[in-house]
Amino acid sequence: MDSHTLTPELQEQFETAAQQKEVSTLGMWIFLVTEIMFFGGLFLAYTIYRKEFAGAFELASNTLNVTIGAVNTAVLICSSFTMVLAVRSAQIGSRKALIVFLILTILLGGVFLGVKAYEWDQKFEEHHVPGPTFHLEKATADDQGPAQLFFSLYFTMTGLHALHMAIGEGLMLFLLWHAYKGKYTPAYYTPVDIGGLYWHFVDIIWIYLFPLLYLIARHKQH
Amino acid sequence: MHEHVESIKIYTLVFLSLLILTAATTLVSEIDLGPLNVVAALFIAVVKMLLVALFFMHLRHSTILTKVVVGGGMLWLGILLVLSLADFNTRGWLPVPGK
Repeated sequence: MDSHTLTPELQEQFETAAQQKEVSTLGMWIFLVTEIMFFGGLFLAYTIYRKEFAGAFELASNTLNVTIGAVNTAVLICSSFTMVLAVRSAQIGSRKALIVFLILTILLGGVFLGVKAYEWDQKFEEHHVPGPTFHLEKATADDQGPAQLFFSLYFTMTGLHALHMAIGEGLMLFLLWHAYKGKYTPAYYTPVDIGGLYWHFVDIIWIYLFPLLYLIARHKQH
Repeated sequence: MHEHVESIKIYTLVFLSLLILTAATTLVSEIDLGPLNVVAALFIAVVKMLLVALFFMHLRHSTILTKVVVGGGMLWLGILLVLSLADFNTRGWLPVPGK
């Protein structure tokens, strides 16, 4: 290859396009590992407090709407499916399919965030937001504090997850714009590929959040 | 460079498995399994994570270096969780003066 021509798929610091792609992919994975550690700390805090205040956490967890949570999980899995098909479309050079699947991914991500916003709104209505007006029905006066701890973790974890989703939506819009301009070819579609890695990672975080926040105490309410 | 292009059939099968596992974890949570409820929920979550990582994130076809980085990340996460929980769960086992 002519070393004087710079193309997106081969910048001057790389020997081959394959090497450049590998570097990008590895860089994204290293970023995702730092994200695993970041969310890991929150999951650790959740585990310790759940053990310490098991009763209050179970009462608080059972006030969440499982149907909405499960449907939203399915929506997110659908968005991962459309994302993986978008990457595949880029791989085989189908610009039209890439655009369609990116739009579907953005729409499904939007549905997820909309449902999440509705759920948070319900928490304000029900006085389940930590603060002076917090009150959890069925919980004793002593359990009100630990129940607020559950909802603090709930809002922190789902909030950070939603922030990641919102950033992902921005990335998808960027990819859509560039796909529309025809910048991605089978020789160079690295941004779509690593954008997909990010999107699937955010999906994996939710795969853990859903059972841990919504499902841990369902069997105790019958 | 030629990358492995996965068939739509495999992606669809993984997608359907993920949906079925979501339904399964939701339904299993309603049944009283005692301490096994948490185990079942986490087991299903790990299976779903592996499906997403291996197939959707192409970890199956990644370079050894990428796999080592991901494995290293999981190892450090394990250290964070196991050592911290070992600390919290064993406090008070030994009579420490002044505590």
